[in-house]
Amino acid sequence: MKKWTELVPGAVVLEAGSSARFKTGSWRTFRPVWLQENCIQCLMCWLYCPDMAVKVVDGKMTGFDYDYCKGCGVCAKECPGKQGKKAIVMEPEGK
Amino acid sequence: METRELLKWSAQVKLREKSKQEVRFEHGHRMCAGCGAPTVVKMVLMATEYPVVVSNATGCLEVSTCIQDYTAWKTPWIHTAFENAAATLSGVETMYRALLKKGKMPENVKFIAFGGDGGTYDIGLQSLSGAMERGHDMLYVCYDNGAYMNTGIQRSSATPLGADTTTSPAGSANPAGKLQVRKDLTRIMGAHGIYAAQASPSHWLDLMTKVKKAHQIKGAKFINIIAPCNRGWRTATDNSIELSRLAVETCYWPLYEIEDGKLKVTVVPEEKKPADMFFKPQGRFKHLYSPGNEGMLQRIQAEIDRTWERLLKESEQAC
Repeated sequence: MKKWTELVPGAVVLEAGSSARFKTGSWRTFRPVWLQENCIQCLMCWLYCPDMAVKVVDGKMTGFDYDYCKGCGVCAKECPGKQGKKAIVMEPEGK
Repeated sequence: METRELLKWSAQVKLREKSKQEVRFEHGHRMCAGCGAPTVVKMVLMATEYPVVVSNATGCLEVSTCIQDYTAWKTPWIHTAFENAAATLSGVETMYRALLKKGKMPENVKFIAFGGDGGTYDIGLQSLSGAMERGHDMLYVCYDNGAYMNTGIQRSSATPLGADTTTSPAGSANPAGKLQVRKDLTRIMGAHGIYAAQASPSHWLDLMTKVKKAHQIKGAKFINIIAPCNRGWRTATDNSIELSRLAVETCYWPLYEIEDGKLKVTVVPEEKKPADMFFKPQGRFKHLYSPGNEGMLQRIQAEIDRTWERLLKESEQAC
């Protein structure tokens, strides 16, 4: 934590997107687990994730960023899955 | 069915392209788990393919994305008080135009103001109305979660009829919750003669199309977007997108746009679902389902039906 004398005048934050240094993964009580075999790569999880915690590389879902995932479960709920089988399931943390 | 599949596919292809672009809203922000607002912001910024300056009215979004020394924004971003997000941004936009004339600024910079329903429907209405009337080239996005969630769920003029909040509590003295109907802000903004639209994150393609369209229009624009709040709505954290979808399908939150004074409904649900489907999963309406409150439910349904029919009629006439 910076002292007030160390802050930029006007409390301006000069580093864009610096919140990435603050990890919110510890908020989680349930963790999303990705089952690749049921994934149709629709990217709905990525689109709906409020925490930008779905890792998409070159247009494809590759897993979760557990440093930031708060475990809300929106991705698991919105996942259409393959033939009725979800590609994302929520599991209790620590299991 | 085939065309629908095709449409879905083309949308996904575009989504794949979108996923390769940088999202100008970073993780690590302190919004609650499962909040609807970050998704709304993310979608609006994704649909904005220009450099952008953002001003943010006080509210959940503002306080939890700029906790000192951290910012979730990768855009120039100005914190303002509750009442003046639109006023601040109109000043910035005017300055930009002056500098542009002198050749000191690049062209095609867009301006977006974000505000919650408290900062937009209530406290910021005067500055919003002023900025829209003056026709500044900016887009105002209201993320509507239906109460002052940031300070502990106090009623706002966007709170729906019958909702239980800390300042419209349902109890023995008043078993019905909030007794007044919500303000129809989108139509108030439409009455300014500007582009005004209503959107929902569940219908993301519609939302992004409206944002894209808004950026093409020179002048003031307003988009009202529903953003479920699981704390204030008393629902599970995974429900935000599902609830915003139900809000559209029950016609509680109709998707339409007003352009050149003409109203057009952009999404007509295949089957209009009963309002119950949207209201019942939410704890803030729990009291409506106890004996003696049946009249209230009927009043809510009647209100929704009336608004929807009027919208459809206006939409037909405009075509």
